[in-house]
Amino acid sequence: MSTFVLLTLTGLGLAALYFLVASGLSLVFGLADVLNFAHGLFLSVGAYATWWAADHLPGAGPTGFGFVLAAAFGVVAGAAVAALVELVLIRPLYSRTIEQVLVTVGLSLAGVALLQATWGADPRPFPRPEWTRGVTGIGGANIPNASLLLVLAAAAVLALLLLFLRYTRVGLVIRAGVENREMVTALGIDVRKAFTLVFAIGGAAAALAGALGGVYFGSVSPAQGGSLLIFAFIVVVIGGMGSVVGSAYAAVAVGLLQQFVNYYGTAGLGDICVVALLAIVLLVRPQGIAGRAVTA
Amino acid sequence: MTQAVPVSAEAPPAATPPELAAPKHRLTAFAPLVVLVVAVLLPYSTLPLPGLLDGALNEPGNLQLLAVCLVFGGLAASYDLLFGRTGLLSFGHALYFAAGIYGTDVLVTHGGLPLWQAAVFAVVGSTILATLLGAIALRTAGIAFAMVTLAFAQVGAILVARDFGGLTGGEEGLPLASDGLPAFLLGVANTVNLYWLALAYLAVVVLVVSRVAASPTGRVLAGLRDDERRVGVLGLDPYRYKLVAFTLAGALAALGGVVYLLVVGGASPHVTSSELTLSLLVMVVLGGPGTRWGPVLGGILYMYLDHRLTSLSADLPGPLGQPLFVLGAIFILAVYFFPGGLASLKSRVAPITAALRRKPAS
Repeated sequence: MSTFVLLTLTGLGLAALYFLVASGLSLVFGLADVLNFAHGLFLSVGAYATWWAADHLPGAGPTGFGFVLAAAFGVVAGAAVAALVELVLIRPLYSRTIEQVLVTVGLSLAGVALLQATWGADPRPFPRPEWTRGVTGIGGANIPNASLLLVLAAAAVLALLLLFLRYTRVGLVIRAGVENREMVTALGIDVRKAFTLVFAIGGAAAALAGALGGVYFGSVSPAQGGSLLIFAFIVVVIGGMGSVVGSAYAAVAVGLLQQFVNYYGTAGLGDICVVALLAIVLLVRPQGIAGRAVTA
Repeated sequence: MTQAVPVSAEAPPAATPPELAAPKHRLTAFAPLVVLVVAVLLPYSTLPLPGLLDGALNEPGNLQLLAVCLVFGGLAASYDLLFGRTGLLSFGHALYFAAGIYGTDVLVTHGGLPLWQAAVFAVVGSTILATLLGAIALRTAGIAFAMVTLAFAQVGAILVARDFGGLTGGEEGLPLASDGLPAFLLGVANTVNLYWLALAYLAVVVLVVSRVAASPTGRVLAGLRDDERRVGVLGLDPYRYKLVAFTLAGALAALGGVVYLLVVGGASPHVTSSELTLSLLVMVVLGGPGTRWGPVLGGILYMYLDHRLTSLSADLPGPLGQPLFVLGAIFILAVYFFPGGLASLKSRVAPITAALRRKPAS
């Protein structure tokens, strides 16, 4: 029983990490049709900015409130980089999907290399606040607090995103833009402002994933974003592109499946099961759990 | 047909296919043959190229570098069959390349098969794999297709990295056992044979891709790239044609894997990574998608720069020491300012030279 609880909650922790990355990807893809390969870069930017701020930013530190400040700095940095990327690199290529993908591919290659040149390719030890190193007893299992932190953060982000999308005017524009961008434009709304905003939100969520993922893994390395990104892509496709709720369901399914199969089967089998799940979803329901039809 | 169909915004920058371009001068038609003869004879030259290569041209190290460049030239051309000719943005092309490498390596090293049998099994197996995975992945289109192929390729990377049953050697890779190899491929002195093998592979890929592009099937593929719905309306099944292109590209990539394995002398897990597919995309876009020579040039140049920048990295300051930073930045600039890639260089330079020539006259 305790093993079951442990696997469920750590699986949910993994799912939270996937959701934080996938929600931004899904929104950006749903609204602007941009497959953002540079999303992993935003995650790395958030992780490195948090790591840097914990040592250098006045008031910030590796534990307690100082770490919250450092993580906030990381999130702001991620959002700023994402907004900048949208304004400078993506916007001139508006509606040229393939070129946008190519630019984000180049950016992901160059950005990771830039991080590597600045801070080296080896993993750096990440500041871990006192509380996250401990465990909490739930149902007879000792759950690492870092997993709980991830789950709580992802739940909060999900709630905030849903509230934002349901109850604000900008949220309405974004939802309408995901449904039918041409119609929104025809009604005289500058949907491109929403693009920048969605990029910034996605960048912030990814940067938060970077900061908390750093706590979870205990280290930060330039390639971390890229390896998480592939599973985030899978989550986005399974969940249905453009749907935040779909991403949440898919992230939970993927995280739990991966954790359970990796524990009861061989290590690595869980990752393969996830791709098998993707293949099954595509064959049975090509548009994903909740989402519009997945076509170009 | 391709001329009549307007190029949609979704399609990669489509250059005029060579077979539709204006008829060339009779002499220039033989240019590829001349280049091929020069490339075949290159290992007999002891010409030192200071700055470009270390030492004389026909030193084994240089020949190996050239062979790797040639293999990637061919691999980029096989990827272009998907991306530039059919408009399929696959992020999983590395999988079939890696399947050729690891398939042959495992069969020779663990199975003890002679090289040619292992190579045939690996290429056939990889082709079947490409057909099966392509059949699933092609149920989606556009960006979703890119993501799905990426996920499939990731399974390959995981399988290799986890080293199930000790077959792949995991992180450390799997050196090719030399027992099953014919003598003319062994030893440093025989590097020149590997160079010729790589050149032969490149020639085969270019020949196959350009023959396919010129065939009726190739016209349909170009039609799929430009406007898929229109092809469907004409009564042709887009799914089948795309699957044919996907399978053929996978088979060519697997063949390249066999040659690469021999050139490098072993398999290493980085060939399964998604970065390899991304760099193939960079090669094709830098060279010029949908052209006969663009992807080949792009592949050769990319691998050469990657290698040279790595060996020069100690002398370069800061991020310039990272080859991927330089190549990524060049790539982004190329997407903005140089669509059409190297292959469009001639048509881009032509107005400038014409203007320069006109000036003294006026």
